[in-house]
Amino acid sequence: MEWETVIGLETHTQLRTLSKIFSGASTAFGAQPNAQASAVDIALPGVLPVMNRAAVEHAIRFGLAVGATVAARSIFARKNYFYPDLPKGYQISQYEIPVVLGGAVRVTLEGVERSIQLTRAHLEEDAGKSLHEDFHGLSGIDLNRAGTPLLEIVTEPDMRSAAEAVAYARALHRLVMWIGICDGNMQEGSFRCDANVSVRPRGQKEYGTRCEIKNLNSFRFMEKAIEFEVRRQIALIEEGGTVVQETRLYDADRDETRPMRSKEDAQDYRYFPDPDLLPLVIDAQWVERVRAALPELPDAMAQRFQSVLGLSAYDAGVITASRPLAQYFEALLQNPKLGSRASGSDPEALYLDPKLCANWLCGELSAALHRENLEVEHSRITPGQLSGLLVRIQDGTISGKTAKEVFEALWQEGGEADAIIEAKGLRQISDDGALEKIVDQLIAENAVQVAEYRSGKDKVFGFFVGRAMKASGGRANPIQLNDILKKKLAP
Amino acid sequence: MNLAHTSLRQLAAALRAKTLSSRELAQSYLDRIARMDPQLNSFITLDAPRTLAAADAADVRIAQGDTGPLTGIPIAHKDIFCANGWLTTCGSKMLSNFVAPYDAHVIEQFHAAGSPLLGKTNMDEFAMGSSNETSYFGPVKNPWDLAAVPGGSSGGSAAAVAARLTPAATGTDTGGSIRQPASLCGISGIKPTYGRVSRYGMIAYASSLDQGGVLAPSAEDLALVLNTMVGFDARDSTCLERPAEDFTAGLDKPLAGLRIGLPREYFSDGVSADVANAIEAALKEYERLGATRVDISLPNTKLSVPVYYVLAPAEASSNLSRFDGVRYGYRAKDYGDLTDLYERSRAEGFGPEVKRRILTGTYVLSKGYYDAYYLQAQRVRRLILDDFQQAFTRCDVIMGPSSPTVAFNIGEKTSDPIQMYLSDIFTISVNLAGLPGLSIPVGFGAQQRPVGLQLIGDYFSEAHLLNIAHQYQQATDWHAQSPALAKA
Repeated sequence: MEWETVIGLETHTQLRTLSKIFSGASTAFGAQPNAQASAVDIALPGVLPVMNRAAVEHAIRFGLAVGATVAARSIFARKNYFYPDLPKGYQISQYEIPVVLGGAVRVTLEGVERSIQLTRAHLEEDAGKSLHEDFHGLSGIDLNRAGTPLLEIVTEPDMRSAAEAVAYARALHRLVMWIGICDGNMQEGSFRCDANVSVRPRGQKEYGTRCEIKNLNSFRFMEKAIEFEVRRQIALIEEGGTVVQETRLYDADRDETRPMRSKEDAQDYRYFPDPDLLPLVIDAQWVERVRAALPELPDAMAQRFQSVLGLSAYDAGVITASRPLAQYFEALLQNPKLGSRASGSDPEALYLDPKLCANWLCGELSAALHRENLEVEHSRITPGQLSGLLVRIQDGTISGKTAKEVFEALWQEGGEADAIIEAKGLRQISDDGALEKIVDQLIAENAVQVAEYRSGKDKVFGFFVGRAMKASGGRANPIQLNDILKKKLAP
Repeated sequence: MNLAHTSLRQLAAALRAKTLSSRELAQSYLDRIARMDPQLNSFITLDAPRTLAAADAADVRIAQGDTGPLTGIPIAHKDIFCANGWLTTCGSKMLSNFVAPYDAHVIEQFHAAGSPLLGKTNMDEFAMGSSNETSYFGPVKNPWDLAAVPGGSSGGSAAAVAARLTPAATGTDTGGSIRQPASLCGISGIKPTYGRVSRYGMIAYASSLDQGGVLAPSAEDLALVLNTMVGFDARDSTCLERPAEDFTAGLDKPLAGLRIGLPREYFSDGVSADVANAIEAALKEYERLGATRVDISLPNTKLSVPVYYVLAPAEASSNLSRFDGVRYGYRAKDYGDLTDLYERSRAEGFGPEVKRRILTGTYVLSKGYYDAYYLQAQRVRRLILDDFQQAFTRCDVIMGPSSPTVAFNIGEKTSDPIQMYLSDIFTISVNLAGLPGLSIPVGFGAQQRPVGLQLIGDYFSEAHLLNIAHQYQQATDWHAQSPALAKA
């Protein structure tokens, strides 16, 4: 039988706010245990939550970025359960009426674009952490993370393969970082995915019984965990068994999922509206202010790079993989010494060739960054410095090959491309007189080859190009040299 | 000057005139408490050195001319308010070792006003009770009759005020917990509009109903204390930002033309004859003061008790989840695993009434029952609120008994929770609607136990309610009467 995989993802994104969702304590990662737990976070008797406006604004920003409905009025509810890292004995979350409804994230998989529909996104608080090591048989509770704002983003069961789920997760990861609501750090738990996985015979309408897989803290693990789970479910059914609805944990070391708790153990969370918090009311003006401040989104930007700048889909995709990279690219195009095609309305103005910029960004610069394990925002060459170099390629002052030498000098020592070109004497020889002199001498010294060429052996042309380049110290403008050689060698 | 029987206004004047120091005043109350409270059990915690240090600080302020209406006047606080460095038990074994590390907003307000904290008063455990018999620290006795309950849950505050062990006391009122004990102890008590007083630092029972308020001998005293107590606090999202108001400003307005709404449901068979007689006499007095009677109906009154006993336990079951023995408070001595730690700590730390309400609340929020109980109760709550809004189109104030009977005997209703719950039948709907309510003494019923008249106003009408109560107290002297015990 042929099986179809059905996947839905729930992603907990930690929102990038200075303070917690309901208290004034800092959200910074890595402090001493419980150093960032306020009276509210440890749930002393009598304390009350107060909504963090910035967290709401992040939720609005996300809603707008995915084309969702931002609820004018949403409700906070209490999810009741006992656990030592949940100090109040309930988590404040949103249940019946979330802040963001619907929306979609576009993903491209093997060149095919698809839209993954979102069900909802809701605000909630994170729990603390239970530490079971180093306490001599006791457990430690660290409440620094308790109350960190989360936006839980839930998809429809819209994905049909592990690869597609990963493509969605990557697109979402890029988006939440792009709009500045999440730092995306998966190691620190800022972006955590759970996958709901089921299988069904291809063509069947009803969904199969699903399992929720937790602990997918990298894209690689997500793919492997889903693939394992799909194999497990298919094998189980084919052997005559049935899938039991349960929560399973992915064990990366053994590359398998194993049961954590079954549906029978599922707790009754006794959700009810939190009487300590008034309904969250978001007026239209607020939404519009957030919309106005929203940056151009990656999909739109990639579109523009293709249609306006003529980049390939591939290059446009690579450049918009992160906002800092895209910003670097745009800064590169905005060389003040030239016009700018990206924003310029003057068709006569000079501009840097976007393709040239894209090649250098994805090539030389990316390699250098990778070599030193730097993010583009910490590049040792600024967009201004690099554009100063690219201008000299474009205007023929130096060849692409020479430019790599200049790039290395810029990377190691800093400075300006023009100064390096002058200091090292790398300027391309574009003076017809000088080039003619070189060519004349070659013709005089290589009569045999000249004769061969003139008798129709075109291949010999390459010999002259090589010799002329060598004679010029590699600085001859190749196009001009070509022209002069052709003219002078003509029979 | 008999300090214990002097109004707040007179005490403030004496302090300003420096014929009395805050230390002398605080000491005199501490002496009275030491002498009389062993009979009453109205205080859980006293800390004389701390109180006197605060009194000395107040005397310094007075010497510097930095004086407000409550500067130097010690006030007792219900043990539900967290006060930095003070044991704050909420009447429970669960918090019998809990020293609060911060001040409630209410406590901050009194600190800022220069009012020394006189002590923490006894209360029903987690404010759950109508007789002060559920306190882990033992029942409080009614100063008018030591065999009688003082009412609850602010029973310690009410008894302390009635015995003149404090000039005034704070309380909280979730279903009548200020008005009912005020009534049973023959004093005045006000529960302001929900949202007037910050709940920050006030240990939550039922968040959507809890409201801090004041108990004192007279309406004028209530107004003075309320002036200090209310105030916007951004740490409580349900606290309302209102322009500052002086609740004493309108006390002297005449009542001519006042329309008093009398809900027929508040004058039913359920009210005992002695209470009905005292209420009728009070209404006649109001007529002499120029008021007129309007018959009204609050048809959903009978539903208020069942609605309350769904919603309040629902919220309480969640609010009390934090008392798990992990971070603070009582922890069972012997336990196996984590679940055992929770179960034993909570089984040993909570009393039976608290457990009853946690169980009820957990039940009504459970899958399959939520709609039938919690949601339905919320709908009826809306109807109760609408009843009041309808009524206030026809009258300026609603009056009736604060409690259907005078104080009952200690132990009389402890075995019958339903009978106990019904003693709040006239006060509960005010909390469900979020309205302000006030109780004043209007005479005595059976066994010479006090009767209280309840005044219910529209939202934010505290000043008017206090004016209506004050005018009555200008014409009568029930509020000035104190039990024999207090005169000793």
